[in-house]
Amino acid sequence: MAVNTKSLPKRQLTLRQQDARTAWLLLIPSLVVILGVTLWPVISTFILSFFNAPTGINQVRTFVGLENYTDMLRDQTFWDTIGRTLYFTVVSVGLELAIGLAVAQLIHSHPWGWQFLRISLIVPWAVPTIVNGAMWRWIYSADFGALNGLLMQLGLINHYIPWLSLPNMAMNLVIIADIWHTMPFVALVLQAALATLPEDLDEAAAVDGANAWQRFWRIRVPLLRPAILVALIVRTVDAFRVFDIVYIITAAGPAYKTLTITYLTYLNSFTFGKQGTGAALSFLISLFTIIMAFVYIRILYRPEDS
Amino acid sequence: MHYRKFIRKVLMFLLTLPVFFFIFFPVLWLFSASLSTQVELFSVPIHWIPQHITFQNYADIIFPDQAVSSVPRTYAIALLNSIKIASSVTVICLIIGSFAAYALTRIPFGFNRTIQLGILATRMIPEVSLILPLFIIASSLQLINKPIVLIITYMSFALPYTIWLMAAYFQTVPIELEDAARLDGCSRLGILFRVVMPISVPGLISTAMFVFLLAWDEFFFALIFTSTLAAKTVPVAIAEFIGRYVVNVNGMMAGGILAAVPPVIIALIFQRYIVSGMTAGAVKG
Repeated sequence: MAVNTKSLPKRQLTLRQQDARTAWLLLIPSLVVILGVTLWPVISTFILSFFNAPTGINQVRTFVGLENYTDMLRDQTFWDTIGRTLYFTVVSVGLELAIGLAVAQLIHSHPWGWQFLRISLIVPWAVPTIVNGAMWRWIYSADFGALNGLLMQLGLINHYIPWLSLPNMAMNLVIIADIWHTMPFVALVLQAALATLPEDLDEAAAVDGANAWQRFWRIRVPLLRPAILVALIVRTVDAFRVFDIVYIITAAGPAYKTLTITYLTYLNSFTFGKQGTGAALSFLISLFTIIMAFVYIRILYRPEDS
Repeated sequence: MHYRKFIRKVLMFLLTLPVFFFIFFPVLWLFSASLSTQVELFSVPIHWIPQHITFQNYADIIFPDQAVSSVPRTYAIALLNSIKIASSVTVICLIIGSFAAYALTRIPFGFNRTIQLGILATRMIPEVSLILPLFIIASSLQLINKPIVLIITYMSFALPYTIWLMAAYFQTVPIELEDAARLDGCSRLGILFRVVMPISVPGLISTAMFVFLLAWDEFFFALIFTSTLAAKTVPVAIAEFIGRYVVNVNGMMAGGILAAVPPVIIALIFQRYIVSGMTAGAVKG
């Protein structure tokens, strides 16, 4: 996505200056908005993270230096939350990639109804996150859920199970709901990438005696690497900050077994009234995001592209 | 060897069935449950298709009468709020975002790449890192519960996304067209409005679709910035069905279907833009 400066012929300086003026004029509205709703709040949050800032009227902020950070790092809840968030991120993104790649390859091999399958993938993707969460919440419901109904009819269980109250199940159930919503994105992106691969490589390998399995892993997957990396990074950044779906399905329960880092930040900032701690936590989330963004940019802007 | 190919086709087709089941089972059940009475929903064994189809759950939401509690009664208001907010965000972002995208892709002024990368980076900043200062200032300006605060804050994710998508699109517009217009004495702004914008309509449409869906989907800001039922957007209204003491399951199901129908229809209509937009923007997971 290099900005193409070379293809424009060199013009007189005044014209260039005019151009620069027009460019800034066109950019100013957007820059003002981004400055106001993104840059200023991020910096402001960072500053806030060095203060003890209780919520409420007439509450005074006091500078505490790194205390919010050191308290946080000493707190077992924080580390447990990081662990849970990483578990969610790794498992859901890993499964999304695996299933997404499989579905992409399935569509690519053009079975009957592959066009319908591709269009169908758009449905879960377009369903709003909160509706998705609400839907799965009731599928998992202890009293009438479709999961209980299905397993009962298949004879796999003989009484209804309160799935979301099982401490070791809740996070996995949230992950399944997340996969339903986001796997289609991965599948569609990878399928589009598969469709652009040159076919002659594949055919040549087939002539040389490579079977379908080898051709998939040795030829297509390596060629798909850029698309896989982009999907991986976009999904990782998203998954690490998961909030909506947890809020609606489990509200971080049972017993905080699905508490994620964004949820903890939300609780500190708006429920526990500890804005300073909330700010420190959100800075850590930003830091992770910035690192991922950097990796993302490095991948998108590889030298051979520019 | 023809039959082997046939068996392969059948096997591949059989593999699509579990995928179809995984995709459609949840939504079909949601739809079926939204047409069930509360009694039937709780029946064991489960009624996959309601024996007595009722539209009452939808009627409660769309034509609320006095008997219904406040949450379903205000759902129609939430729908209107969501439409209003998502459309405003889309229109504003499309206008100022495509200006910026054009400047970044087509007018070399020395900082193009820096600013473009900066915008890509801001796109990835999570909402939770912005919320505290925005909340503090919105409270002091008494903007909580006003649609304007959501329209403005939604731009934090919608605007960088618009710029990113439109920049990708403008790059596909042949530069020769612009050079020709320039030789004819057209100014930069003239080129943008008379040459580039008209041929970028497909890009504008697909970007509009993505931005609208993002704004329709947004939950976190709406949760924090609204506290009255009259100010809520659809996602918050759906979350509200889970009350402190009672959960209005049927209402939530019908509300969920109503909230999902607009984005799903939009996405299906514009499906040919989706994959290209996903790869260009790669942001809405």
